[in-house]
Amino acid sequence: MAALIRRPRPRAISLVGLGFVFLIGVWLLVNLLKDPERFFTVFLIGLTTGLVYALVALGYTLVYGILQLINFAHGDVFAFTGLLASTMILTVFDLTDQDSAGVIILGLLGTLVVVVAFGATLNSLIERVAYHRLLKAPRLALLITAVGMSFIVQNVALAIYDVNFRRVPELIPRSDVFSIGGVHYQWNKLSVVLITIPVLLLLTWLVRSTRQGKGMRATAQDPDAAAMVGIDVNRTISFTFALAGGLAGVGGLLFLLQFNIRYDSGFELGLIAFTAAVLGGIGNLSGAVLGAVVIGLIQAFNEGLTWATPGSDWTRSIIFGVLIAILVFRPQGILGEQVADRA
Amino acid sequence: MSEGTSTERPTRARHPSGGTFDFISGPWQRLPARVRQWAPLAIVLAVAVLYPYIVGDLKSFATIGDFFPELDAAVYILVFTMMALGLNIVVGYSGLLDLGYVAFYAAGAYTAGWLASGQFQEVSFHFGSVGIQRDTQGIHVSVWLVLLIAGSFTAIVGILIGLPTLRLRGDYLAIVTLGFGEIIPQVVRNGDSFGGFNVTNGTFGINPIDSPGFGTTLNDAVGLPVNFQQSFDKFRLFYWGILVLLLITVFCSWRLRDSRLGRAWIAIREDETAAAAMGVPLMRTKTWAYAIGAFFGGVAGAYYASFKSGAFPSDFYFNISVFLLCMVILGGMGSIWGVLAGGIILSWLNIQGLAVIGDKFNDAAGTNFEIAKYQFGIYGTIIVLMMLFRPTGLIPERRHKRELEEGVHDETFFDVSH
Repeated sequence: MAALIRRPRPRAISLVGLGFVFLIGVWLLVNLLKDPERFFTVFLIGLTTGLVYALVALGYTLVYGILQLINFAHGDVFAFTGLLASTMILTVFDLTDQDSAGVIILGLLGTLVVVVAFGATLNSLIERVAYHRLLKAPRLALLITAVGMSFIVQNVALAIYDVNFRRVPELIPRSDVFSIGGVHYQWNKLSVVLITIPVLLLLTWLVRSTRQGKGMRATAQDPDAAAMVGIDVNRTISFTFALAGGLAGVGGLLFLLQFNIRYDSGFELGLIAFTAAVLGGIGNLSGAVLGAVVIGLIQAFNEGLTWATPGSDWTRSIIFGVLIAILVFRPQGILGEQVADRA
Repeated sequence: MSEGTSTERPTRARHPSGGTFDFISGPWQRLPARVRQWAPLAIVLAVAVLYPYIVGDLKSFATIGDFFPELDAAVYILVFTMMALGLNIVVGYSGLLDLGYVAFYAAGAYTAGWLASGQFQEVSFHFGSVGIQRDTQGIHVSVWLVLLIAGSFTAIVGILIGLPTLRLRGDYLAIVTLGFGEIIPQVVRNGDSFGGFNVTNGTFGINPIDSPGFGTTLNDAVGLPVNFQQSFDKFRLFYWGILVLLLITVFCSWRLRDSRLGRAWIAIREDETAAAAMGVPLMRTKTWAYAIGAFFGGVAGAYYASFKSGAFPSDFYFNISVFLLCMVILGGMGSIWGVLAGGIILSWLNIQGLAVIGDKFNDAAGTNFEIAKYQFGIYGTIIVLMMLFRPTGLIPERRHKRELEEGVHDETFFDVSH
């Protein structure tokens, strides 16, 4: 069967793809040799940003795995949770950079719990209201609905938070954790790693080892067969959306702690995260994390390196260029499997 | 789809038997079928052609007068309706979801910017330009010709985008087109120095762009206007110009739909595998859909750039693509009359309707609600509601409608395969 489906890929296209990869390798090597300190600093920045993207990319990949739906609204859910996090930090807990470390940590944990719950509720609510009726409809109808939902979520955020960017004071100090030579790594970056890694481990455990996770994997493979063996498919879908929303909530808080955010930030970040998910192989959880780190690195290298670098004006084009290149050259992504009708 | 459209019942209101409209429906039924078929069309067309003469009177009505668009707004409405018809060829006929149609709009507008303005100061090239001094620097080609060139150039852009991506299916295609729709405006924005050469003039955009017109010879001979932009009747002329372009688009859409190519598109939309099995060349047919859909987007973009006398990168963003998609969905995918209606309604809402409705609402309720600020939330809501409750659109395509009513087959109407 596989032999019937898999068309032989033209050699020339593969060569072009490999050529691209080779050129990028040369570019990175030259930059490394010219200014190693800058290279490693930028590398660490990219790694950290990539982990935040990973949280959002996982949301896309989880939902895609189960419904084959690109949940356009996901990026906007992420931005909305980030905005809510700003309310929690600024108004509810009223944290400032003068507070003691204990207060800040407690406040941030409280915020985390609230935004995760909010993201989970919002995302499964979207599924209930908009997608649920269309689960049996053509995929394109579902996708168009998702585009519509994206605008709705964005405008609800606009109605509540208006057009201004939100940012929070430097709650986590920017002092160095370590500095080797000219390469520095700050606490505010390490905090991202310290939060993301346990979340990812928790997610892996949830999907691999729990009953619910087993149900998710079964539903992703074949919803009808899953229903036949007694899995509540509707509940599983709701749970997946809630899980994705919760991850977006973590991502929203971490993003807010480093950058600023407003109602429409989710559009671009969502697309970046989606690109990451596709790069890693959509539907594949570790692929999403890997893809997100790669995308974070690409962005950081493009904005931070000096030799023959296009610069931040071109970041968006480069990331979408990567997306298009993957879909053309390797639609199954880095870690994905060859699936007949996936692309 | 089955649940979504079950509310739709076959309407049999064609045979009225006693009612308030007897005085008109009686004589109407006695008219020859040919007249009955064409009369509504002729009336709509006459109103559209004469709109510049009656708009002043219409706007002087008490409350409803505010709802009629001024002529410059009407030009905007028709330009976007034309783009929606172009998008309809891609999305409606062929079932290829394109989320980056704004790229074609941009390509058309910038072609006009390159070929009919003083952008390239290094050269002086005139070909049929009107209302411009002969010694002006830059490339100045007749705008009528530029419209054709812009359409062709945009069609080539469409083919170039299509070739690597049309192998992909459904949602992946959507996301790639979205990617192109994001890349092209950024390239345009950063295009003020490609190897030191200023191609697009960056964020400032290209302006002024030349205006269409017929030149002094035709003006002396038959009284056609020399130059639209410099005329006292500027808005009227631009309005009639876009009306003609729109009618051409409608005609082409209509003829294409019933052509061999159009039937191939619909076959692909209905079932790609079956179409391929019947000998429809998938790639070539899809690429044609892209090229032709892009063509109309390019022409409309070039015309609008000429009307605004400028092409600016800030005009081209993702929301425009969704806005156009919303017109197609609201009207009914694949339905020419539906997309015309959807396009006119939504672009009217966008340029004027929302503001007027908001003002009326605020006056009546004494509130201060900026409804226009939430325009895209409103379009998003329209998209979701249409998809949930009436996926075939306001005026469904006859073929869809018949299928849904008679249950020819209970499969859905776009690319369905999982």
